[in-house]
Amino acid sequence: MILAPETFQLPRSMSAEAPSGDALYMDIYWFSLVFLVLITGAMLYFVVKYRRKKGVRPERTRDLTKLEIFWTITPLIFLVIIFHVSFETYVKNATAAEGAMEIRVRGKKWSWEFEYPNGSREAKELTLPVNKPVKFILSSDDVIHSFFVREFRVKRDAVPGQYSYIAVTPTELGDAQIFCAEFCGTSHSDMLGTVHVVTDEQFRKHLDEMDKMPEVCGDTGKEQCTPALWGRTLFVKNGCPTCHSVDGSKGNAPSLKGVFGTLQPLTQGPDVMADENYVRESILRPQAKIVKGFTNTQMPLFVFKDPQTDALIAYVKSLK
Amino acid sequence: MAAVTTPHTGHHEPDPTESYLGGETGIKSWIFTLDHKRIGVMYLISVTIAFLMGGVFALLVRTEHLSHGRTIMDADTYNRMFSLHGVVMVFLFIIPSIPAAMGNIILPIQLGTKDVAFPRLNLMSLYIYIIGACFGLYSMVHGGVDTGWTFYTPYSSSDPAHGGVGTPAAVLPMTLAAFIMGFSSILTGVNFIATVHKMRAPGLTWRRLPLFIWALYATSIIQVLATPVLAITLLLLTMERFLGLGIFDPHLGGDPVLYQHFFWFYSHPAVYIMIVPGMGVVSEIIATFARREVVGYMFVAMSSLGLALVGFLVWGHHLFVAGMSEYAAMVFSALTFLVAIPSGVKVFNWVATLYKGSISLESPMLWGLGFIFLFTIGGLTGLFLGMLAVDVHLHDTYFVVAHFHYVMVGGTVMGFVGGLHYWWPKFTGKMYDEKMARVGFAFVFVGFNVTFLTQFVIGSRGMPRRYYNYLPEYELGHQISTIGSYLLGLGFFVLLVMFIQSLRNGKPAPRNPWGSAALEWQTPSPPPLYNFITDPIITRGPYDYHLATEAELDEGWAELDARLAAPKKAHVDHDKPHAHGTSLSGDDATAAKLDADAEAGKDTTADPDGKMDDADPDAKPEKKSDDSDDGEKD
Repeated sequence: MILAPETFQLPRSMSAEAPSGDALYMDIYWFSLVFLVLITGAMLYFVVKYRRKKGVRPERTRDLTKLEIFWTITPLIFLVIIFHVSFETYVKNATAAEGAMEIRVRGKKWSWEFEYPNGSREAKELTLPVNKPVKFILSSDDVIHSFFVREFRVKRDAVPGQYSYIAVTPTELGDAQIFCAEFCGTSHSDMLGTVHVVTDEQFRKHLDEMDKMPEVCGDTGKEQCTPALWGRTLFVKNGCPTCHSVDGSKGNAPSLKGVFGTLQPLTQGPDVMADENYVRESILRPQAKIVKGFTNTQMPLFVFKDPQTDALIAYVKSLK
Repeated sequence: MAAVTTPHTGHHEPDPTESYLGGETGIKSWIFTLDHKRIGVMYLISVTIAFLMGGVFALLVRTEHLSHGRTIMDADTYNRMFSLHGVVMVFLFIIPSIPAAMGNIILPIQLGTKDVAFPRLNLMSLYIYIIGACFGLYSMVHGGVDTGWTFYTPYSSSDPAHGGVGTPAAVLPMTLAAFIMGFSSILTGVNFIATVHKMRAPGLTWRRLPLFIWALYATSIIQVLATPVLAITLLLLTMERFLGLGIFDPHLGGDPVLYQHFFWFYSHPAVYIMIVPGMGVVSEIIATFARREVVGYMFVAMSSLGLALVGFLVWGHHLFVAGMSEYAAMVFSALTFLVAIPSGVKVFNWVATLYKGSISLESPMLWGLGFIFLFTIGGLTGLFLGMLAVDVHLHDTYFVVAHFHYVMVGGTVMGFVGGLHYWWPKFTGKMYDEKMARVGFAFVFVGFNVTFLTQFVIGSRGMPRRYYNYLPEYELGHQISTIGSYLLGLGFFVLLVMFIQSLRNGKPAPRNPWGSAALEWQTPSPPPLYNFITDPIITRGPYDYHLATEAELDEGWAELDARLAAPKKAHVDHDKPHAHGTSLSGDDATAAKLDADAEAGKDTTADPDGKMDDADPDAKPEKKSDDSDDGEKD
């Protein structure tokens, strides 16, 4: 691990911005290691060499002003240099290239939602073309989240009430891991996602097909897709299971098992029949009717196209 | 301990030779005491309980990480556990640990005075701390908080009971707890500043001030200036959550990043409230166990003040990825690197002090050296985080967790426990089992490094902090870290048993078991109520080993043995100590040593070179410092 620190200490690098930061990381790592060895070595050497012996008196401490000034000024020069190079790299990496593709990233408890320039939305998974500069425009629907893509070495808080930005250019094909890096409540550690970096052609194909029901879906991604199964895939991808169970167990939100076609008690007003209209309203306008006993957690807003909403309703219907 | 057993009847004035632990006993003599040492002891007990509590939370957190997914608790419980670990360790333990507990006992003794400037205020600050702690306990009983110790808005301030997006946890009692404990911190700071300015013994000039005092002085300045900002911030948070006043919550028109600026404006300087006193302790330990003045005394002293000052200007580095402008980040990054200078100066000077010293490796020194090693790692990894381009990747990962644990535990806790080992004989008049102390140190040192070195690696590989669940690829790292934390816990348990054993049947401690030249070791262990038998006059610095007499540097074992061998005789001596106290020396210990030597039939002259500090009433305070200085220069 000391011999191959780069591959041991850092994850795979997949963006144009990553190598410059990684190089700085390695520079400061080697500097620190050498410094630590020197300090500790000197300390241990002195401790052994000047162990207390009978009859040997310690030498009186002398005034060493010149030495003091030396070890005050020398590190200062070094620090100015590392500050300068790291700031330069930081600003270069923070500046988005001209004509970068804009991706809206919305953090909500506890899922990431991405919106492509054509208006299509996707949760948890983001597909990006390789070698095309991207500008993420971050915001949050509720509390502070932080959008962290490990292999891209980028991170920025998504703050409610304001926008923040990340500039990045993916350079390697493959998958990168998305984390939420700012604590945001119960399922903070499940607020994950994946960036798929694909070729330009695959990216265009993905955009075309995104809003339509795919041929295959499900857990394995190989089953013949039905509306209910696609609904289940969307349900999982959008992070719904973090609050809504489908087996009747109690969570932050009502379990959806056997809900369809039954009367639901509300916090305000008369009970309501859980039919297609009620489920649709609960998905698209979650605050409209709240089931009794579930005021502690606010469900975030989701935007779905009609075929997706239909699929989700079909899935809820299937939960007997 | 013969002095303690002295029976006395009908005294109105306290017996000047009687230990502060003797004299009046019973619960009232403690809870209404104005004696800084007794208040310090009560603080010490309180912070130790807090430390054990915070430690249990930490072990629960680590245990949960033994496997990914659920191990022993659900996500909400985990979130509460890590939050409580943070809140308890920061507000109930670290901040009061060295200043309020240890500083309270040692500061007036090192200053050669009877007490702090405002003894009643001192007792009040203890009670304010306890009231604050009660609010904290109340919150814990009601489920605790899950906001982390940072209480970031709007998660903390937006109450779902009123349609908000935040946490339903009992945030208010916990923020009130921190709010209230802040006043305790401010009052202690005011008290110490006044004491250092006004209560120094005659001859104790600023240039002769022990480095621990300089550190406490710098800390007190931060406590007085920074804590009010935390108070007002938490008050605003409370008003937002309770009254719906829009300050930080964007849904009410507020700005959540403003909270982070306010919070870190206190909490970054608070990092120096935590670490600077630990540095002070280490300076004392290094000087004593190398028998040598710390190299660059004035530079080390001023670097404490330097840290206090620069510490106020770097809060923005907690917000590098929080939506601050790139140029604000630039300024904060530059200022952050400045912090490395005074920290580096201290480390260089400590190591240089060992050069040509006379080093003994008794347990306090192990903690002192451990501090230097671990703090150096903590400081160097701070450079990674100060570098903007590197911080973007490392921010909010386990790398940061490991970094601040190296500073807070590797630094402050090592300093605290080291100081406890160092001054324990003085506080209690008892020695502890050195073998157990070494075993405890070994477990803590090894356990700590196993726990947190691993966290650097999983952090730089991308593991975010405050995660209940984690990706399977991080499992091995988490498991190693958890095993390390068990070793760490075991080490502290050994030390706890050791200290309790010492209290129950520890061997009596002599006046100066480490052979130190510092003032606090020239008074009996434990010290009398007024700290010294007669008011000391200071004629040299606390580390002037070349000016200290044989009698001052004598560890006092012979004197102790003699007293123990002839308890009745000692008894008689201590019934009429005033004569010794004034006629021979201002220093009871020297007097006692003379007694002991006389009893042992030795022929000893009191002070052959006339170089006693705080001793001879006839000695002129400034007399010898210069001529003997020149005499010894080569």
